Amino acid sequence: MNARRTGVIAVWLTCLALAALIVGRARYITDLSAFLPESPTPMQRLLVDQLREGPASRVILIALEHGDATIRARISVAMAHRLRLDREFSGIENGEPVTAERDREFLFRHRYLLSEAVTAQRFSAAGLRGAIEETIAGLASPEGLMLKALVPRDPTGEMLQIIDQMSQVAQPRIRDGVWVSADGRRTLLIAQTAAAGSDTDAQELALDAIRRAFTAANRETAAAAAAAAPEPRRVQMNLSGPAVFAVAARATIQHAAVRLSIASSVLVAALLLVVYRSPRVLILGLLPVATGAMAGIAAVALGFGAVHGVTLGFGITLIGESVDYSIYFFTQSAACTSNGAAQRPWQRQRWPIVRLGMLASVCGFASLLPSGFPGLAQLGAYSIAGLLAAAAVTRFVLPELTPGGIEIRDITPWGLRLEGLIYPVRGMSAAALWSAAIATAGMAALVLYHQRDALWDRELSSLSPIPLSDQRYDALLRSDLGQATALDLVVVSGPSLESVLRGAERAARALEPLIDEKVIGGFDNPASYLPSLAAQEARRESLPERSVLRENLAKATAGLALRSGQLTPFLDDVESARRSALITPQDLRGTSLAAGFGALILHQRDRWNALLPLHAPVAAAPAAAAPDIDHARVRQALAGAGSIGAQLIDLKVESDALYMGYLHEAIRLSLAGLAAIVALLWVALRSPARATRVMAPLVLAVLCVAAVLSLCGRQLTILHLVGMLLIVAVGSNYALFFDATRHERGHDAALTLASLSIANLCTVTGFGLLSLSRVPVLEDLGMTVAPGALLALVFAAALTPRRTTVAGGPAQNRA
Amino acid sequence: MQRAIGIGLLVLLGTAARAAPDDLDELLHLLGERHHGHVDFVEQHFLALLTRPVESSGELIYDAPDRLEKRTLEPRPESLMLEGDVLSIRRGRHRHVLDLKAYPQILPIIESIRATLTGDRDALERTFRVEYAGNLDRWTLLLVPRESRIAAAVTQVRIDGSREHLRDVEIRERDGDRSLMTLRDHSGP
Repeated sequence: MNARRTGVIAVWLTCLALAALIVGRARYITDLSAFLPESPTPMQRLLVDQLREGPASRVILIALEHGDATIRARISVAMAHRLRLDREFSGIENGEPVTAERDREFLFRHRYLLSEAVTAQRFSAAGLRGAIEETIAGLASPEGLMLKALVPRDPTGEMLQIIDQMSQVAQPRIRDGVWVSADGRRTLLIAQTAAAGSDTDAQELALDAIRRAFTAANRETAAAAAAAAPEPRRVQMNLSGPAVFAVAARATIQHAAVRLSIASSVLVAALLLVVYRSPRVLILGLLPVATGAMAGIAAVALGFGAVHGVTLGFGITLIGESVDYSIYFFTQSAACTSNGAAQRPWQRQRWPIVRLGMLASVCGFASLLPSGFPGLAQLGAYSIAGLLAAAAVTRFVLPELTPGGIEIRDITPWGLRLEGLIYPVRGMSAAALWSAAIATAGMAALVLYHQRDALWDRELSSLSPIPLSDQRYDALLRSDLGQATALDLVVVSGPSLESVLRGAERAARALEPLIDEKVIGGFDNPASYLPSLAAQEARRESLPERSVLRENLAKATAGLALRSGQLTPFLDDVESARRSALITPQDLRGTSLAAGFGALILHQRDRWNALLPLHAPVAAAPAAAAPDIDHARVRQALAGAGSIGAQLIDLKVESDALYMGYLHEAIRLSLAGLAAIVALLWVALRSPARATRVMAPLVLAVLCVAAVLSLCGRQLTILHLVGMLLIVAVGSNYALFFDATRHERGHDAALTLASLSIANLCTVTGFGLLSLSRVPVLEDLGMTVAPGALLALVFAAALTPRRTTVAGGPAQNRA
Repeated sequence: MQRAIGIGLLVLLGTAARAAPDDLDELLHLLGERHHGHVDFVEQHFLALLTRPVESSGELIYDAPDRLEKRTLEPRPESLMLEGDVLSIRRGRHRHVLDLKAYPQILPIIESIRATLTGDRDALERTFRVEYAGNLDRWTLLLVPRESRIAAAVTQVRIDGSREHLRDVEIRERDGDRSLMTLRDHSGP
């Protein structure tokens, strides 16, 4: 016996040490990727990569609100000045024409390679005449007037052509020299970080730098603010964008995981201390939980290579169930012993029930393993390993640690009181109870059927750890900035930058007619920042020799108000353009064009993608919402352009479809898990009737919770579904206990009820805390399981038939 | 001596001819009464670069308090819309939105007309030194940009008018180029 004890404890401690070693060396991920699905198709991978790594993920939107508008403008300028010197950022835009001079210089120098109007025809006598006539007409407008000084060098107006090419995108309003929202209430800046969006640490540093810049700028302008108004309202800064979300989500998840785990541990421990009245038993009781948690994390680290922070947050689910095992062990072993059974009475009488319940839970969690969401698959692995370890420790280690038995408070009186509470229900006939149960199930099913269209949340964003209010604010800032929300985009994929730029040029030619037909309002095109080498070369080729050009120009200007004698600079510039090198991405550096170009080109491993975001056509009336883009027309136009690897994707539809796919997958997997549980019970209990009795209260509890959530206006997500699976997993323990002990009477029945109630209270406490979390995924889970577990206990207690009522009711026992 | 007296008289006459500030207020008040205006314009640009002037024509539409649209129909359709400080230019399917303050070359050309139509003396005097001459039936406003940035592009704007009607707007640029816009009551729809 002693040798056996030493052996068991040694094995346990060795396993624990091994697990601790793995846990200590594990890599932890705290970004949002737990709920970004692993994607099966290349297009979906593009989508996920863009969410995770794309240039859009490096954008931080900065909004200054309240206070005086001119003070806000000064803060914007001061902040931008400071941040432009910071290496954390690859670009800061606030509407100031900082790079404008450099941009203009770049565009003008390369105008003959950049302008789409440059063809051989344009430099013939007739082409030149048309272009010059147009330029002269343009001089009548203020805009043409601004370019007046350039006419001797650029009489064909290529500069204006380039400006038109580039300004397809609506720019934000400008006030006091900087960007403001349309209503003028917010002053806006855009920062682009140098680091990738997935580098959460670097993003956090960038956010800190922005906050410091704001504080400093605020101080610098404080005197002016005080002068502007006697009691100036403080200017506030709000940040938004993927980086902000990632950093906040990481903090929230870490916070939630740590704080909620501690809070629920403390609460459960306090509860158990009240029950056991013995710190020693309490600590012994937490051993299975601690071992389970350790084993769970170690299993995830081994199986997945890295542990998602949110998985740790789910650890509470494990506390919720594994603590039950030791509760059953402590509260029931004393009674089992006194019942006169031979050695190891609990292990004989009750362990089979616990084991079956545990296996049922494992079946449920196993259904999460194949999930497309790494977060869910990890939750499955974590729970399975954790439950197996906790159960094993309860079964094998706890008895060895308590050889002399244990002294805890007798909880039978509580059980008797509870029996008294449910006595009226127990008094009802089985027929009446089952009718009531079936009626309740029917009503819940009716509610769910009635709500069937709005039952499921169909949007990927519902899984996002970002609160909805923050998502809305982000959308608001984006519409302020006129940034394409980029919901519809044409993607051109290819093996090289040159190939996708050529594809983008062909796609652009196919899309242009759609602007005139008002199918689209416009589009952004990386090739307008940097044309393909082929296009540049063709333009350079089309420039005539100096002597030819001079001759054509003389013919073209005959009779025009512009004399060819004034256009010698034009001849010089064309001649030097003919000898110039083609533009490469490196040449864009130091201009604002680099950011614009970078935002539209995605490079992943060996694939290049050019993105052409489409803008909705302009609304008929100013107040009306912009009409939607006719996708069929766009696809038709692209198909007409030949096989250039161009595809139209509607990001919103695409990502929501992706999510729906995963939701359906989760529903299928959960049903499979449910089927596995039913099959397990059927086989183990050797009776379909008993299996049905065990399952009925669980199904009823799930139906009721789903119906109530739906009635409260909650749309169900994958996490609610997982919660329902947990209700079945946890609740099966209760139902099995009631089923296995249905012949017990009086004292024993009261003890079982009391131990189950304490276990239930711990579960409800843990998940109840989870439902207070600000992380939507944790909140969804908590608010499903907490009421569901309670209902499962109540329904199981009520629906399990008893033969004790005749022999002696609880009323007598109480006396 | 006689000559001196003559000059003195001329000076006196000149002073007398120059209206008192009250008259400017009266004119601006009269202009401010109008909440909507719609006129046709013909504009000639005289540029050193060109051997003959460029002519354009179209309509000017004003709506109180600060919306002014210059709709050019000939030789090339173009719309210029000023609302607050935001200038939107629409030409073909291209649309540019500019901050008026960032474009000192354009600001005086369009702000002079709007501020006059608004009748807002403060707005007018914020951007220009204003000289008023003549009487309500036949007045002239001479506007000289205050800011050096603007004055570097435009030296002066002269607006002639009669009562609440603007007749001619002449803009002189620093480089010697100038434009003359003649306004007429709107004809047609």
